[in-house]
Amino acid sequence: MSGMAPGADQAIPPAETAEVELYHPHSWLTKYVFSQDAKVIGIQYSLTAIAIGMVALVLSWLMRLQLGFPGTFSFIDANTYYQFITMHGMIMVVYLLTALFLGGFGNYLIPLMVGARDMVFPYVNMLSYWIYLLAVLVLVASFFVPGGPTGAGWTLYPPQAILSGTPGQEWGIILMLLSLALFIIGFTMGGLNYAVTVLQARARGMTLMRMPLTVWGIFTATVMALLAFPALFVGAVMMLFDRLLGTSFFMPTLVEMGQQLRYGGGSPILFQHLFWFFGHPEVYIVALPAFGIVSDLISTHARRNIFGYRMMVWAIVIIGALSFVVWAHHMYVSGMHPYFGFFFATTTLIIAIPTAIKVYNWVLTLWRGNIHLTLPMLFALAFIVTFVNGGLTGLFLGNVVVDVPLSDTMFVVAHFHMVMGVAPILVIFGGIYHWYPKITGRMMNEAMGQFHFWVTFLGAYAIFFPMHYLGLLGIPRRYHELGEMSFVPASAHDLNAFISIVALVVGFAQLVFLFNLAWSLRHGRLAGGNPWNATTLEWQTPETPPGHGNWGKELPVVYRWAYDYSVPGAEQDYLPQNHPGPARGTAGTAA
Amino acid sequence: MPDSTPTHAQAAMAPQAGWQSLVADWSSDQRAFKSASWGKAMMWIFLLSDTFIFGCFLLAYMTVRMSTTVPWPNPSEVFALEIAGTNLPLILIAIMTFVLISSSGTMAMAVNYGYRRDRVKTAVLMLVTAAFGATFVGMQAFEWSKLIHEGVRPWENPLGAPQFGAAFFMITGFHGTHVTIGVIFLLIIARKVWRGDFDQERRGFFTSRKGRYEVVEIMGLYWHFVDLVWVFIFALFYLW
Repeated sequence: MSGMAPGADQAIPPAETAEVELYHPHSWLTKYVFSQDAKVIGIQYSLTAIAIGMVALVLSWLMRLQLGFPGTFSFIDANTYYQFITMHGMIMVVYLLTALFLGGFGNYLIPLMVGARDMVFPYVNMLSYWIYLLAVLVLVASFFVPGGPTGAGWTLYPPQAILSGTPGQEWGIILMLLSLALFIIGFTMGGLNYAVTVLQARARGMTLMRMPLTVWGIFTATVMALLAFPALFVGAVMMLFDRLLGTSFFMPTLVEMGQQLRYGGGSPILFQHLFWFFGHPEVYIVALPAFGIVSDLISTHARRNIFGYRMMVWAIVIIGALSFVVWAHHMYVSGMHPYFGFFFATTTLIIAIPTAIKVYNWVLTLWRGNIHLTLPMLFALAFIVTFVNGGLTGLFLGNVVVDVPLSDTMFVVAHFHMVMGVAPILVIFGGIYHWYPKITGRMMNEAMGQFHFWVTFLGAYAIFFPMHYLGLLGIPRRYHELGEMSFVPASAHDLNAFISIVALVVGFAQLVFLFNLAWSLRHGRLAGGNPWNATTLEWQTPETPPGHGNWGKELPVVYRWAYDYSVPGAEQDYLPQNHPGPARGTAGTAA
Repeated sequence: MPDSTPTHAQAAMAPQAGWQSLVADWSSDQRAFKSASWGKAMMWIFLLSDTFIFGCFLLAYMTVRMSTTVPWPNPSEVFALEIAGTNLPLILIAIMTFVLISSSGTMAMAVNYGYRRDRVKTAVLMLVTAAFGATFVGMQAFEWSKLIHEGVRPWENPLGAPQFGAAFFMITGFHGTHVTIGVIFLLIIARKVWRGDFDQERRGFFTSRKGRYEVVEIMGLYWHFVDLVWVFIFALFYLW
């Protein structure tokens, strides 16, 4: 347990490498716009992701208006509904969650938390953001081209994605694939930086097993993304060729309106494999950073060391590794050899073990903790229940025989929104409330935050809980209206209307959050350097917000793990990671 | 911030072998790969990611080769050249492979001379490597134009399955792009070596960082990788 033992008695090795000189900006433009500072890049990533996320939020309103009140809104027809669905899904998963966790939180927190001055290659890191922005702009452009954005569903399954009859077949699908390819190129530039910074640029004394779990989560997710995105890149390139050059990678022989198309001999299932080889790890690419961040929020705001730190680290790594061998559970109804279904169901259910370990450890961290119901803590608690909820329905869908009848129903929609939509978003909110004081020097407004939390949390349940029931009734997903179906009771329509109204309310609560972000920038209570009395390095910077180079003259030296809370005999109840004194209690070794 | 000068434990620095040293490195502070610089670590991780790209391309090629119902053309016949009246199967590919593998040899020599601070020899060997690379791309262009002349297109193929043309142009095109990018960077770095940038610690135009001779080795990693990928393309596309 040498990594966990508080290390004041241990010798801290000398610096192994000379410090690399930082790039110093000379003008306003290179300081705030074309900045090479990871903190500025992180904020740029976050603001861009939130902005495009607002577009996806509005799209979800439009979808809910149509589902709740079919036929009322003349500007929504079947085609536009599919376009809203597709863009909502793709934006939320890739351009909001992935970009915000890895590009936003990753850029801001990794160098600070591991005690580095910046990312290892700041110039490449800057390019990463600008290519991401370009990808977002290309995606937004697809709203303004003839035919509008693609309506192929966020999974973009061929052959229908590129055939006429699917909205956005003219330009939308091309821009979508192009935008994804750009996103992947941009992400690779950033991701290499995040991974190498964690591996090779840590402070003296910062061993891997002393890193905060936030860094572990973001790091593992980054490595996964570097290995999973290539499959999507290849799939996007090949579909672009199918669409633009007329190749037949994914296109079988097809007859359309009595005419045989010139495609033939390709494999649509190949795209599904490529897509889900990316798509399933992607679920954990957004979940693992959330796991990491929520661990730190719970530990800090319950003043208690994280329970089973090593187990938590290994659970993150094992979940990351396992997530590469479960992808075909998204394809049970695509036609698969039963033995493959058996294999993928088994691997899927095995993931429940490390995931359950994490949930138990969060709960055990809270057990007898000195729980402060601060805004970050509220969101962290909400995450745990939401994640357990979504995870349990995942056990249903992971089994082939249960999945087949539930496939393509609202049950699936409810499941993945709970587990990879609402749960990570709650952590993003918690993380923003938690680190906002470090980023701006001011606290966010508590009253607005409380309002935002309760409306969002209760609202999310009011939206997605009934959807499980709708799914069990057999209500299909991706139908723009139900029409007269004998198995759909009238109450299902009322439920849909109820969900839609709540969705509008929850959406407006997010505007309160955005207003709070802006309002607190000027009017928030001054926070000081470490308002939460947290142990991790980012709270120990000489300036708040941290200056260029993060640490002033001297780099920090790390003497202990990140979870020395409620230490008996300490002046305050915690010992920061760079506190050199001996451990005065058992907190450091308890787990 | 308290920072007492740490006493350094000699025992921790004692050289260890095998798994023990691996565990020691990964449980240490600051760096997991003790001998690798930031740039080298980044190149290795990038190459791992790129491996997945080529892996997906090759698996996709194998899948469409199975899914198509039209017979797959015989690569030995398609890629044969008529030279002095004899029909030589795969002759051009053999020469291309020879050229590319030779370029890995000159690249390795360039890395060696780079670490000896021999500016001229390093730069010349990098230029020779670049010339080999350019020759490879040139021969690939010849092969492309020959196939296009015979009517092979990404979307159709008079010789058999249309997926043959699609996979061929896509995979060799993607690999050729890698070689071309490599040639461009070889030229840029050769110029820097020639000019003595790394001896004078001249700052980079974009990054304003000082370069080191190690850049030659990092360039070499990329080049050998592109070479290795070609071996797989050669085995799986041309020989199968």
